[in-house]
Amino acid sequence: MRNPFVMDCGEFHVNYKQDMAIWKITRVRMRVLILLALLAIFPLVASDYIIGLATLCGIAAIGAIGLNILTGFTGQISIGVGAFLGVGGYTSAILTAKLGLSFWIAMPIAGLITAIVGGLFGLPSLRLKGLYLAIATLAAQVIILFVISRWDSLTGGTAGMVLSRPEIGGFVFYSERSYFYLMFVILIITTLFSLNLFRSRVGRAFIAVRDRDIAAEVIGIDLFKYKVLAFIVSSFFVGIAGALLGHYTMIVSPELYSITVSIEYLAIILVGGLGSVFGSIYGAVFITLLPVFLRSGVEFLSGYFPGLSELFAGMKEVIFGLVIILFLIYEPQGLAKIWKNIKDYFRLWPFSY
Amino acid sequence: MAFFLQMLVTGIVVGSVYALVALGFVLIYKSSDAINFAQGEFLLVGTYVCLTLITAYNIPFIAALFIALLFSAVLGFVIERIVLRPFIGEPVISMIMATIGLSSVLAGIVHIIWGHETRVFPKIFSEAPVRLGEVVVAPVYLWSLLIVVIMLVIFTVFFKYSKLGIAMRATADDQQAALSMGISVKAIFAVAWAIAAVVSAVGGILLGNINGVNASLSAIGLKVLPVAILGGLDSIPGAIIGGLIIGVIESMTGGYLDPLVGGGLKEVMPFVILVFILMFKPYGLFGKKEIERV
Repeated sequence: MRNPFVMDCGEFHVNYKQDMAIWKITRVRMRVLILLALLAIFPLVASDYIIGLATLCGIAAIGAIGLNILTGFTGQISIGVGAFLGVGGYTSAILTAKLGLSFWIAMPIAGLITAIVGGLFGLPSLRLKGLYLAIATLAAQVIILFVISRWDSLTGGTAGMVLSRPEIGGFVFYSERSYFYLMFVILIITTLFSLNLFRSRVGRAFIAVRDRDIAAEVIGIDLFKYKVLAFIVSSFFVGIAGALLGHYTMIVSPELYSITVSIEYLAIILVGGLGSVFGSIYGAVFITLLPVFLRSGVEFLSGYFPGLSELFAGMKEVIFGLVIILFLIYEPQGLAKIWKNIKDYFRLWPFSY
Repeated sequence: MAFFLQMLVTGIVVGSVYALVALGFVLIYKSSDAINFAQGEFLLVGTYVCLTLITAYNIPFIAALFIALLFSAVLGFVIERIVLRPFIGEPVISMIMATIGLSSVLAGIVHIIWGHETRVFPKIFSEAPVRLGEVVVAPVYLWSLLIVVIMLVIFTVFFKYSKLGIAMRATADDQQAALSMGISVKAIFAVAWAIAAVVSAVGGILLGNINGVNASLSAIGLKVLPVAILGGLDSIPGAIIGGLIIGVIESMTGGYLDPLVGGGLKEVMPFVILVFILMFKPYGLFGKKEIERV
């Protein structure tokens, strides 16, 4: 084993196993392991409120990775994520509450159903591009929400449905801590899956479609198949995130899945970094925590400026919009790129020339 | 039959307002390839400015209308200059997200300044209904239709004969060729945004007179998307015809189908139609088909 405390001056692989590793350098591998260990230990010391926030961040990250597979890696813009989250949440709600299935069966089925619905709405993607496709997915959002809020007998209409926390062998995931671990395991699986996806033929095909779809078709990529496949894979993860979110908040109702949610998810992958798996996670943390920090900032300042807290809702919108615009102008590749710049700086530090 | 005609007239009036707002949308797309998701918020800002001038400062309606339109034009200019200029030539997603961010900022500002409650315009048009054969129409509807038709005629003439209009069409056709003919493409973009803001403000003020003003008025910005896409994103006649089609479909659905399903279908129907049309005509009814080469 190499000395982990010195910088590497190159990657020298002597066998296939090294060449195919996700994290190729011992130092990076150690950093990832330490980070994972810290994340696994932190619920033991943090308060329930903070663990709850972390759980929401993680669930948003799972959905965002799903969306990033479609939008960031395959270049198909979708404004319908909110509704797909809803499909996942509702499927799981119906399966557990009405059919009495266990959460462990209902969650994967929720993913599959969302994948099928996503695939259906992805069908026009062969002929539609860019803006036209974006509007078609917006249509998906509107239509799905309409069906959910009108199909009273199945979905409870606008009142929504109540869900229960999952349980396994008599243990119920009631505490914030236990649900965090459930989310954490699924997030790790999702991350590893998508990291590996883009090292495979399918993932490479996705990226080729994004970069220039006609050129991709010329070199023998079946455009229709891979575009619809991207919708399916992406929607699967979004559906899983929807099911997790539904069982966490223990309620699903149509207004929780409005177009605002779709825009929030687009903002997540944009701020995090389009076409970056870890970027989705950074973005999810950033966008989920933004209103939280903003609220505490407003509460702090309202001591000096009374009346500020009434403006909070409006300010939240203004700052959310500003964040999107500023990121687009100054760092279109998002937090993932900022993190990379910082790493690059310190790699050569203190001789950064 | 009277019911059918009633629905038809309502549809045409609402549709003509859609057509007007969609015109602004198409104009921006045509000249600068930008997609404006903040159209609804433009409409909201213009309407609120006009309303405030009338109610708080007691300015007569016509004067308030012109000040509000001037304000919208300036707003369009400023926004193009500050926010949109950096995104010329960037991928579609950047443009979409930039205007979505912009819409969020504008909506937040409107929320902070004017709050959330519904306000009503003071009565400008007489309230006595007009009878056209079997159909009963409120005068405000007729006035709206008249104003929209006048605006559309003005714009048609503007694009056809004025120097600026011809320059805008040239830019839409080929930016490089336009540049080499001495047309300032940047100025054209700015004018396109200003016009878009103005037509949205007119649409908003008309709708505000019909339904009252609150933040949900900006939802029209989303509704205009099916209109613009249906007609073809880069076709001005398409925007007008698309607007009328969507308006009539919406009002017919509201009249005939909504009682059957318990309401709400009215808002969804344009999108259903949109998906079907896109399946068969991916560039809308009148949109220019793009030829792609590797």
